[in-house]
Amino acid sequence: MGAVTTPSIRADVKNLNFFYGPKQVLKNISMPIYENRMTALIGPSGCGKTTLLRCFNRMHDLYATTNYQGQIILHPNMQNILSSEIDPMEVRMRIGMVFQKPNPFPKSIFENVAYGLRVRGVKKKSFIEERVVKSLQQAGLWSEAKDRLHSHATDMSGGQQQRLCIARALATEPEILLLDEPTSALDPISTAHIEELITELKKDITILMVTHNLHQAARTADYTAYMYLGELIEFGLTDKIFTTPSDTRTENYITGRFG
Amino acid sequence: MSNQRDPILKNIRRRKVVDFLFSLAGLLSLLFALVTLLALVVDLAVTGVPRISAEFFMNFPSRFPEKAGILSAWVGSLCVMLTTACCAIPLGVAAGLYLEEYAPKNWITQLIELNIINLAGIPSITFGLMALGIFVYKLELGQSILTAGLTLGLLVLPIIIVTTRESVRAIPNLIREASYAVGASKWQTIRYHILPYSSGGILTGVIISLSRAIGETAPLITIGALTFVAFLPTSPVQSVFPFVSLQWLKDPFTVLPIQMFNWLSRPQAEFHVNAAATGIVLLLMTLVLNGVAIYIRYRFRKKMKW
Amino acid sequence: MAKSSSKRLSEFTAANHPVRRFRRLKEKAIELLLFLAAASSVLVTLAIVGILVTESLPFFAHVSLFEFLTEREWTPLFENAKYGIAPLICGTFLATLIALLVAIPLGTVTAAYLSEYVSPGLRELLKPILELLAAIPTVVYGYFALLFVTPLLQVIFPDMGGFNILSAGIVIGIMIVPYVSSLSEDAMRSVASHLREASFAMGASRFQTVFRVVIPSAFSGMTSAYILGISRALGETMVVAIAAGMQPNLTLNPTQPAATITAFIVQVSLGDLPHGSIGYQSIYVAGLTLLIITLSFNVIGMWIRKKFQERE
Repeated sequence: MGAVTTPSIRADVKNLNFFYGPKQVLKNISMPIYENRMTALIGPSGCGKTTLLRCFNRMHDLYATTNYQGQIILHPNMQNILSSEIDPMEVRMRIGMVFQKPNPFPKSIFENVAYGLRVRGVKKKSFIEERVVKSLQQAGLWSEAKDRLHSHATDMSGGQQQRLCIARALATEPEILLLDEPTSALDPISTAHIEELITELKKDITILMVTHNLHQAARTADYTAYMYLGELIEFGLTDKIFTTPSDTRTENYITGRFG
Repeated sequence: MSNQRDPILKNIRRRKVVDFLFSLAGLLSLLFALVTLLALVVDLAVTGVPRISAEFFMNFPSRFPEKAGILSAWVGSLCVMLTTACCAIPLGVAAGLYLEEYAPKNWITQLIELNIINLAGIPSITFGLMALGIFVYKLELGQSILTAGLTLGLLVLPIIIVTTRESVRAIPNLIREASYAVGASKWQTIRYHILPYSSGGILTGVIISLSRAIGETAPLITIGALTFVAFLPTSPVQSVFPFVSLQWLKDPFTVLPIQMFNWLSRPQAEFHVNAAATGIVLLLMTLVLNGVAIYIRYRFRKKMKW
Repeated sequence: MAKSSSKRLSEFTAANHPVRRFRRLKEKAIELLLFLAAASSVLVTLAIVGILVTESLPFFAHVSLFEFLTEREWTPLFENAKYGIAPLICGTFLATLIALLVAIPLGTVTAAYLSEYVSPGLRELLKPILELLAAIPTVVYGYFALLFVTPLLQVIFPDMGGFNILSAGIVIGIMIVPYVSSLSEDAMRSVASHLREASFAMGASRFQTVFRVVIPSAFSGMTSAYILGISRALGETMVVAIAAGMQPNLTLNPTQPAATITAFIVQVSLGDLPHGSIGYQSIYVAGLTLLIITLSFNVIGMWIRKKFQERE
């Protein structure tokens, strides 16, 4: 990626530590998330990449005995979204997420996409319809879904369901979109579809994606962070990480010597 | 900046209020149920406990409320429970074992399974009507302890079948394979492995079903159980040869809930006191049985680690 | 020594050895015995349906089906007997309706609370206590309805008599709360957690997640819970027999005394009716009616479940 001028920062992770009960899962992580760029989190399983992703929308708050230390500062209004004074609901209203396995609600396609708006108490029908259409278009699902908006979401194929989940997240215009291994449960063709879509989306939206697929990271991400055993080993432009990593552990991983 | 955040915060606050109100409603619903339970027990205890004495257990019912007791009722309940257990346990456990370990996947099995589900939903009073027509009149067993035991035994059969199946299903296949691998037959596997390992769950089911049966009133009234019984069933131990008698099975009887119902349907408040005292006895038996069942379930869950 | 014992063992395991044959026979016999036990449950159903039908048929030789369905009074034991089932059905439905108005909101809200708001430890403690409500003998509930709830209700409705369907219905409702809440809670908890996470990730509150995602996903299981509750309420006998007065009464006023189908059967059974008389037959007709109503609700329940399961 020819990022001659460094893009502006959208979020800044500062000295983040995270604990499941007494067990420390993330160790002193600091890294920037650049605006309208895609950042990939890579590393062997159990390295804490999904845990880090789920800090961004305070998903861990749903479960007892989890504990954050440190900050994630959201720009430009410089809020620490990990602060106990900020309601996790507010964070989740601003930051969208797509999960590993497609998880549409057992509702119609339309209602799935409208869910975020309905939950926010939006009543205006024309506005909701407009948003649903736009989000489905953005997610590249419009041509397939336009004739069956009111049929059940679970009748769709896995790849379509995952694009629906992306549309659902886009409908509320999130400031950052979190993707947690969004293609790991999909076949190669659907995966290619989603990757294309992500490449398109990152022009207008900041994306943070966890992936176990190094080729996917190399193909789609502008920046890549390599994590190992809860630590951030290396962060930088994807090209640099994959061609001239500065840490031998990164090099071992991306050349397939372990993990 | 704060202006931009304000509508979001307001939106969140509004939804949090609804959330809080709902959790309050949940708490209140739960409390309502628990407080009702408490009120029921306390109301019964305040009226009934002072009436409970040794004589209350040793006296027959009487026209005079202060002389009346529950001797025939608790002996009757005991006899009926014994008969119920003898009828329901072998039948229920055997049926449960068949459905879990033997049953082929065919329409007969499906029919039996569907039937058991439906049987559990049939009103208990229709079991009484069935028993009246078949046991009392067709088989001429009379309005006896045997009839009552059979009726309640069939009534609780689905409970025992279902709990037997659940606890048998919980045993991993590894155990069965290990037994077959050393050359055991199907029945040997069941006899030496499946039954012992599932006994805790089965026992829980048996106790729960007995606690259900002990409070059952309607089917027994339907078969024509007497409401005023001032005698005991024939003793099972006799002084003459063969020294053991099953005559008690054919004797008329009453049980605790019917005795309570009888006193409750009289207008005098003194009899209501007797009803409350009987209710306390009945309640205690139910609570003890359920407590034991919960304890056994808890113990077995802790002990069993596959 | 070792050699001779292994020889004996191989003899014993020969396929046609009498011991082996006996064992095979025994296995077959046991399987047959267990099958008969399982099949006997079908026999019970057949016996119930059979006896209800055969004892009811002679009744309809006396009373036309038309009269049975349209007559507004049910007085089979009177000199001038009338055989209209309507008052009994009315009483049964009224009691059931009141019970459901209590049990469904209470049970559903309790289930949602236990499933979604309470910590697992507290839930394990509260559930058995709540289930005790279903374990209490119904005759004790009858006592509670007659001597506790009715006097309490008379504070609100001073004109209400000592026997009324309202108090019986409310108490039946409380009694079936655990049936509704336990199965509903199981259904809600079996909703996959990734659906909950998806909802929370969209910024939904807990309440919104429960009502917009968990409950719609658990609906088929909750239908079973409601149907079980309805079955229990329809068939409940002692509470109504004790607290509602056992008088067939075609009324929709819950403060009036009334009889349900079950209460009528109890009332007749308490007397001494000769086998084969029309009074005797009338309880079978009543029982058959109750069975048909209960089964209809179960069939409706199955249909709803099927419809919803197809969609999930």
